[in-house]
Parts: sequence; C-alpha cells; structure tokens
Amino acid sequence: MRRLSNQTEKLKLFFKLLFSHRMGLSGFSIILLFVFVSVFAPLLATDDPSRSGEFENILLSPSSQFWFGTDDLARDVWSQILYGARVSLTVGFIAAFITVVTGTLVGLVAGYYGKLVEELLMRIVDFFMMLPELPLMIVLAAVLGPSMWNIIFVVSLVSWPTTARVVRSQVLSLKERPFVEASRCIGAGNVKLMFGEILPNVVPLMFAQAVIMITEAIYAEAVLSFLGLGDPTSISWGMMLHFAFESGVMARALWWVMPPIFSIVALIVSFSLLGTAISDILEPGYKEQKGY
Amino acid sequence: MGLRGFIFRKIVAACLTIVAIVCVNFAIFRMAPGDPIRMMFRDPRVSAENLQLMKEKFGLDKPLSGQFVAYVKGLTRGDLGLSFSHRRPVLEVIAEKIPPTLLLVITALVIAVFLGVVLGALAGWRSGTRFDTFILTASLTMYSIPTFALGIIFLLIFAYHIAIFPLGGIVTPASGFEGFELVRDVLWHMFLPAISIVIWYVGEYVLLTRSSMIDVMGQEYITTARAKGLKNFRILKRHALRNALLPVVTITGVNLGFAVAGVIEAETVFSWPGVGRLVYDAVSKRDYPLLQGVFLLFAFSVVTANLIIDLIYGYIDPRIKVRS
Repeated sequence: MRRLSNQTEKLKLFFKLLFSHRMGLSGFSIILLFVFVSVFAPLLATDDPSRSGEFENILLSPSSQFWFGTDDLARDVWSQILYGARVSLTVGFIAAFITVVTGTLVGLVAGYYGKLVEELLMRIVDFFMMLPELPLMIVLAAVLGPSMWNIIFVVSLVSWPTTARVVRSQVLSLKERPFVEASRCIGAGNVKLMFGEILPNVVPLMFAQAVIMITEAIYAEAVLSFLGLGDPTSISWGMMLHFAFESGVMARALWWVMPPIFSIVALIVSFSLLGTAISDILEPGYKEQKGY
Repeated sequence: MGLRGFIFRKIVAACLTIVAIVCVNFAIFRMAPGDPIRMMFRDPRVSAENLQLMKEKFGLDKPLSGQFVAYVKGLTRGDLGLSFSHRRPVLEVIAEKIPPTLLLVITALVIAVFLGVVLGALAGWRSGTRFDTFILTASLTMYSIPTFALGIIFLLIFAYHIAIFPLGGIVTPASGFEGFELVRDVLWHMFLPAISIVIWYVGEYVLLTRSSMIDVMGQEYITTARAKGLKNFRILKRHALRNALLPVVTITGVNLGFAVAGVIEAETVFSWPGVGRLVYDAVSKRDYPLLQGVFLLFAFSVVTANLIIDLIYGYIDPRIKVRS
C-alpha cells in the first residue's frame, strides 16, 4: 500500500513538473487536442471522408458546407483531417508500445545476463541500427502490401533497437547498485531481480523513449503514406498529400494541401516538445532545482 | 591490439554486416505473400506456360537454397536482375541515377554540417542565454518538420506562386546549356531540394554539437585554459570545439542512414532524377527488383560510409591508440 501511494505521489509530482515546464505544457495541450479530435471524429465530421462526392463539388474552396473545401474527388477535407488524426495517433501509440516493450525486454536481458547473451543480442541491435531506416521500411511495406497494421509492424521492426540500446546501458549501471546486490543476497532469482528490482527503475526511461518513438512512428507513417504505401481503406494525412501531389493541381488547392501539412507538423512538434520536457524532468537534479 | 586491431575488427564487422544485408534482402522478397511471378505480372491474361517460362528465367523453379546461390552469384557479377518497369538491368538503371544524388547529398550535407556545427557550438558556448534558447527552439522545430512537407511548402511558394525557382528536375529541358550556363542551371534547380534537406540536418547537428559542447565546457581543461588567461575565442576554437566535435563525427556515420530518408523525400517532391526519386517510381510501379537493388545500394553505402568514419575516428581519437 505504501509503495502504491508512493507511486501516485511520484506521478503527481511528474505532472506538476510537466505542467510548469513551458515546452511540456504546450506540447501536452496540443496532443490532447488531437486525441480529442480523433476520439470524437465521427461526431465532428461533416461528411464521410472516403465518399467521393458529386462532380460539381470537385476542388471547392472552403465554404459553410465544406469547412476546409474539397479534394479532386469531391471528398470533404475537414472530415479527412479528423479521421487522419486517428490513423496518425493509432500508428504512433501502438508502434511505440510494441517498440518500447520489445526494446526494453531485449535491453534488459542483454544488460542483465551480459557475456554471450549480450554479445549476440547487441550484434543484432547493431545490425538493425546500421540499416537505412526509411528504405528498409519502404521495401517491407511494399512487399507486405498496403495496410495500417503492416505499417505498424514495419515501423516497430525498424525502431526497437534504439530503445534496446538505451535500456541496456541503464541496466548495466543499475545491476551493480547495492539494492540489487541486497536482493540477490536474500535469495531473489534472476527473473525477480530483472523484473522486480531493475525494471521499475527503467520505467521513467521507457516513457521518455515512448514519446520519441511515437514521434518517429507518426513521421514514418506520414512519409510511407506520402510515398504511396498507405492503407487505401483509411485516409491519413500523408495519403492526402500523396493524392494532392499526384493530382498535379495542388498549387490551386491550398486548402487541400495545407491542413494535412499543418497537422503533421503540429503533432510531431508537440511530441518533440513533450519529449524534451520529459528528458529535462528526468535529468538528475531537476526536481531539486525546481524546489521539490 | 591498438590501432591495427581496431581497424581489422571494424573491417570484419562491416563485411559481416554486408553478408547479413544480402541475406535479409534475399529473405524479404521471398517473405512476400503470394507468388512473386504473379506479383510481377499481375495481368491475368498471362498464360500458365509463360508464367512457367518466367519462373525458369528468374530461377524460381529451383529450391530456395539453389535460388540463394544463384542470387549471390549474380550479385558478385553485379547482376541485380531486370527492372520490369524500365525493361533494363537494375544495375544500369540505378547507376545513371547515382551522380545526381551524390551531387545533392554532398552539397546539402556539407552546408548542414558547417552551419550546424557553428550554430551549435555558439549556442553551447553561450548556453542558457536568449541566443541559445532561440537556436534550440528553432532547431527542434526544424528537426520536426518532415522533409517532404517542407519541400511541398517550398514548391508551392517559390516555384508556383512566386515562381523564382523551377518546379523540378535537374536542368531546364531542351535548353542546350553548356559550360558555365549549365552549372548555373543545375545549381538553380538544386536550390530548393538542397535547402529542404539542409534545414532538417542543421537542426540535428545543432542539437548534437550544442550538447557535446556543454559537456566539454564542464571539463577541467577548460577551467585550466581559462585560468591560463587565454582569450575566449581561443578557448572556444582550440580547446572546446576540437573535443566537442568527436561525437559529432561518430554521429555523422550513424546519420547517413537518416540522410537517405531526406534524399528520398526531397528528390520525390522536386522530381530530382536521382536514386531517391527512383524509389518513389519503383514503389508506384511495384517494381520489386528495382526496389531490391536500390535498398542494397543504400545499405552498402551506409555500411561503407560508417566504416570510413570509424577509421577516421580511429586516427583522430588519441584514446583508441592508447587503449591497448
């Protein structure tokens, strides 16, 4: 019980620090806005985003009926933006989750066991880190076929090594600490030591990594979709840009091009701001500096 | 062991990586769901006999191990297969796209590294000041804008609406420019794609140099230099920057993998006739042999560049020689 309340206290303090961090607060608010928009997309949308409209509604500029105008298939841009937020956030969150869990497991095992296990796992990590990310993702996405789950898979496959590396170096220093030694002396096994003693101390790092990974996954989804590897059944911001770019009329339809660009940049920038804030807060001495 | 051992180990590691890349490349294209030949020739009118012939031609009637041997043998002869959208050998198609890409990448990278190191060093040197905060925020923002999005914005503003730069390509078609005129024309075409790439990298190098600089500034030898009464600029140049640059050099190698991403995006937006644009065309035509070839080229160049940078690092970092 004591431990639990301790955790809530820590979490409270974390959010207090985050909200008093200017970058953290602005990043967090914008992300919250996008989460809201994507959850309530069906209510906020004025039209079915994937339904092609009537001929006379092609490439209309913004009006009271089409708030952000229409694209070359007379689809409503405003509604596409709303549903696009869903794709970006879904890919971002799920890919980051898979990435961080896999990376942490690998890093934990490699750092804890050391020797041959570490050597083997870290060689695999090095190999993946050596491969050029985007071409690898393009090749895999092209071969596997266009679907959102394939994009999630591809992004996770390419990005877990960074987390593994960061976690491993943290584990290396943690496992030499007295509390781990003490726990070993009273008979804790390897699993208990890894997950019970070391892992809880890696959690803050995992959060910092997760934010970075979300940023990268959102970026990757946007690029892959822009290159024409997106899921044709669920429209995303990158795909809107793909269609606009391919249509050859994007210069005449700024209302079609600017919203997805603005959304992608806003979302990525706010996640980077949040990431910077979190790594600032986790920096040793920050709490004390702020008077906690 | 010393320097020679270090070099030997790095070379062996690079070779092993290349072997692994070749295996992965082979595996990926066999991982694909469905029949590769059917995938290549989606037209249902292609007859069964012709498909069989195609299978034999591509060696797909052999067992996997046989296919692998044939694939590796082909690679050693520089045979990357046939591109079916260009109907020519993949190697030939790629080779003619390499010079434009190199021109663009090297120009962008040199400008970005220079600007990034200078701005980052100044920001780290004066960390905590308003100048530092400005540079830091600007870099974070620039670093967060996807290159293709930035490219589209530049294209819309400077090529469509103000129209002071061309819409794309590398030279004005059918202009017949030669000599100096040609150089000027190419530079004019290169401006927007290069700037799009540069803006992204500058952010990255600023952040790197800045944090490395802040690290170095806390070291005792800087205090010593100060105590000796050296001038500020001399400390910055001779003592701080030189040491702060080591991590920047290492990261340049790691970053080449990312550099490739910027190139693919910028070349696509500005129709720059390089390897990056080739990727886009290969994707839209589902030209798998070509895609496979380009991936191999990118992976090889990143590994080689990393090796070279590791070796340079071995020479400039005195600790590696001493460590033995």
